[in-house]
Amino acid sequence: MLQIISVLVENKPGALMRITGLFTQRNYNIESLTVARTLDPALSRMTIVADVEPKLRVQVIKQINKLINVLQAADLTDGPAVAREMVLLRIKSTMENRTAILKEAEIFGARVVDSSVEGFALEATGDQEKMDEFVNVMRSYGEIQVTRSGLIAVSLEMKKLRLAPPVSTSTEAMVIS
Amino acid sequence: MSNLISGSKMLLECLVQEGVEVIFGYPGGVTLPLYDALYDHPIRHVLVRHEQNACFAAEGYAKSTGRIGVCCATSGPGATNLVTGLVDAMMDSVPVVALTGQVTSKLIGSDAFQEADTFGITRSCTKHNFMVKTVEELPQIIHEAFYIAGSGRPGPVLVDIPKDVFQAQGHYEPVTSIHLPGYKVFTEGHSGQIRRAAQMMWECERPLVYAGGGIILGKASGELRDLVETLDAPTVCTLMGLGGLPSDHPNFISMPGMHGSYAANMGMMNADLLIALGVRFDDRVTGRLAAFAPHARVIHVDIDPAEIGKNKTADIPIVGDVKRVLNKLTKVAQELKPAFSGKHSEARKAWWKQIRDWKEEHPLTPTRSTTEIKPQHLMAEIDRISGGNAIVASDVGQHQMWAAQFIRFNGPNQWLNSGGLGSMGFGVPSALGAQLANPDKLVFAIVGDGGFQMSIPELATIANYGLNVKIVIMNNGYLGMIRQWQELFYNNRLSSATLDGFPDAEMLAGAYGFKGRTVDKVEDLASALQAAVDEPGPYLLNVRVAPYENVYPMVPAGGAANEMVLGPPQPVEVA
Repeated sequence: MLQIISVLVENKPGALMRITGLFTQRNYNIESLTVARTLDPALSRMTIVADVEPKLRVQVIKQINKLINVLQAADLTDGPAVAREMVLLRIKSTMENRTAILKEAEIFGARVVDSSVEGFALEATGDQEKMDEFVNVMRSYGEIQVTRSGLIAVSLEMKKLRLAPPVSTSTEAMVIS
Repeated sequence: MSNLISGSKMLLECLVQEGVEVIFGYPGGVTLPLYDALYDHPIRHVLVRHEQNACFAAEGYAKSTGRIGVCCATSGPGATNLVTGLVDAMMDSVPVVALTGQVTSKLIGSDAFQEADTFGITRSCTKHNFMVKTVEELPQIIHEAFYIAGSGRPGPVLVDIPKDVFQAQGHYEPVTSIHLPGYKVFTEGHSGQIRRAAQMMWECERPLVYAGGGIILGKASGELRDLVETLDAPTVCTLMGLGGLPSDHPNFISMPGMHGSYAANMGMMNADLLIALGVRFDDRVTGRLAAFAPHARVIHVDIDPAEIGKNKTADIPIVGDVKRVLNKLTKVAQELKPAFSGKHSEARKAWWKQIRDWKEEHPLTPTRSTTEIKPQHLMAEIDRISGGNAIVASDVGQHQMWAAQFIRFNGPNQWLNSGGLGSMGFGVPSALGAQLANPDKLVFAIVGDGGFQMSIPELATIANYGLNVKIVIMNNGYLGMIRQWQELFYNNRLSSATLDGFPDAEMLAGAYGFKGRTVDKVEDLASALQAAVDEPGPYLLNVRVAPYENVYPMVPAGGAANEMVLGPPQPVEVA
């Protein structure tokens, strides 16, 4: 079953590797992963779609949260959240089906980003199912090439970010020794 | 006030601030600047003979003291040699800080001489790892590394430091605070959950305390004792938790699991409440998980939230530091006691009687013979000499299980072994680290003839530093556990399980400048052990034991914990 995970992570060296490595190490499969900086350039937001047995979903989140650089990992699968994917698609057209392709693209809310005598480049966004359909429909019109972004998601709830406070080194050293 | 010093010196300053007294390590090209700074520095550097053993020794130091162990290796092969030790420390949650040299920053990525992607390689075998980019960030990172290694669920942390960072001059300002916003340690435990747990403890009829390595790591053995005595609950300690409750404590049953006692496993399988403290429901304890403790509700206390519900669902999960949680739990349990007085007292009595019956039906008694030294007998003799007071470092295999079964421990931090990873070659170097940290204690390294031969180079370290380690080799001429499984599950086809050509122990030890002896007669065993202990200095005692002895009881892989094989098949009289 697909699980949508949103991760807020510090932009530290190796942060991405730690997360992807964790998935391989624990035998979870990544379907897609997107990452970009947040408003705070020291942080990145990641959306991971993973194929995980339902009973392991909580464990996955806990394991991600254990990573030192991760500020918050949340399961957005059961919402409330919005998840969208972007599709960039090139399609070869004949002179006869050009209008039909454009009509169809319009139905999916896709935009034409390039047009030539060979065909079009189209851009569409939507949820995963809609994008699957879009790709399927376009394929019926001719040869296509597709790049998908993978899902990005945002929670519709304002979740309070719980962070660890600073600690004083001297006292910690005392406690440990 | 700040002054200009080298990265090497800065690093040592930080180590001093962290209370580090000893580093186990091995120098190399890129750590030369660090070793130059160590040359006249009060921190002691112990030169081991292989980097893997530097990490094992640091683990021995850490496990026997509860402090953070430090090891050091050079770039490339030095760092890759640390890997087994790091995974070992990861699996057993041992606080270790590993310092590795890296090639000069400018050369990183160029496949330079002795370059390896240490940061990438050690990602999955550390709790966290760091790559230092500049001398300015070095002190901060070192303190973060120690904080992460020692707090929460402890573990190994590696800091990879390029040569030019050691050499660079920087202004040093002691670090007073660190901030790791994503590193949340939950220590207190939810008070509502604690109350519910205490209530459940009085409401049940057949409680069992299942205590693990978390008790030792969390320095909570006193608190464990208080709880156990308050409830008068029977208690099992896992392989990692031995010594958490003194072995002679009337509530202590023994170790559960694959080679645990009949009573301990039957206790687990028949309890109606498991009070799981600092444990992870490891497969070597539970056997077939689906069949494990079918009647029990579960209270699970652990500082690592990811351990709760990972293998076994908890009815009452409590995330927190086991010491603090136990403190509160015992307090609440005492408060509630009057309200439940007399309730289930008959059932509790019957439960205790049942456990005593199991103990009597199939007791853990060491096998002895008059003609040969049984390995169990060897462990019983070591136990007699130790009286529960020695530090015992074990290697991995049959001897480890027999040692765990028959050697008593009066307290925590006395039993050192590689439980999770099961790394052969752990015994001797970890004993070395423990002896260094506990110069006045009797330290045994109990090893098999297989694991010992992985550690022979460290005899030089032991000799160099005059470390008073008593190495006892349980020598059966086989990789005993492999031979046992091949006998039981592979039609006794002994494939590469025979260890021929073991060296003469007296000559071997003598070559390193200390005493050694081989003993093969049962009547000589006690005196030979005593002589080894009485020797002022290291000793290598090679004990030839019965070669075909198997470890029992045994839960076969995939079996339920109560499906134990209790002993070898008995000969049948044919009329």
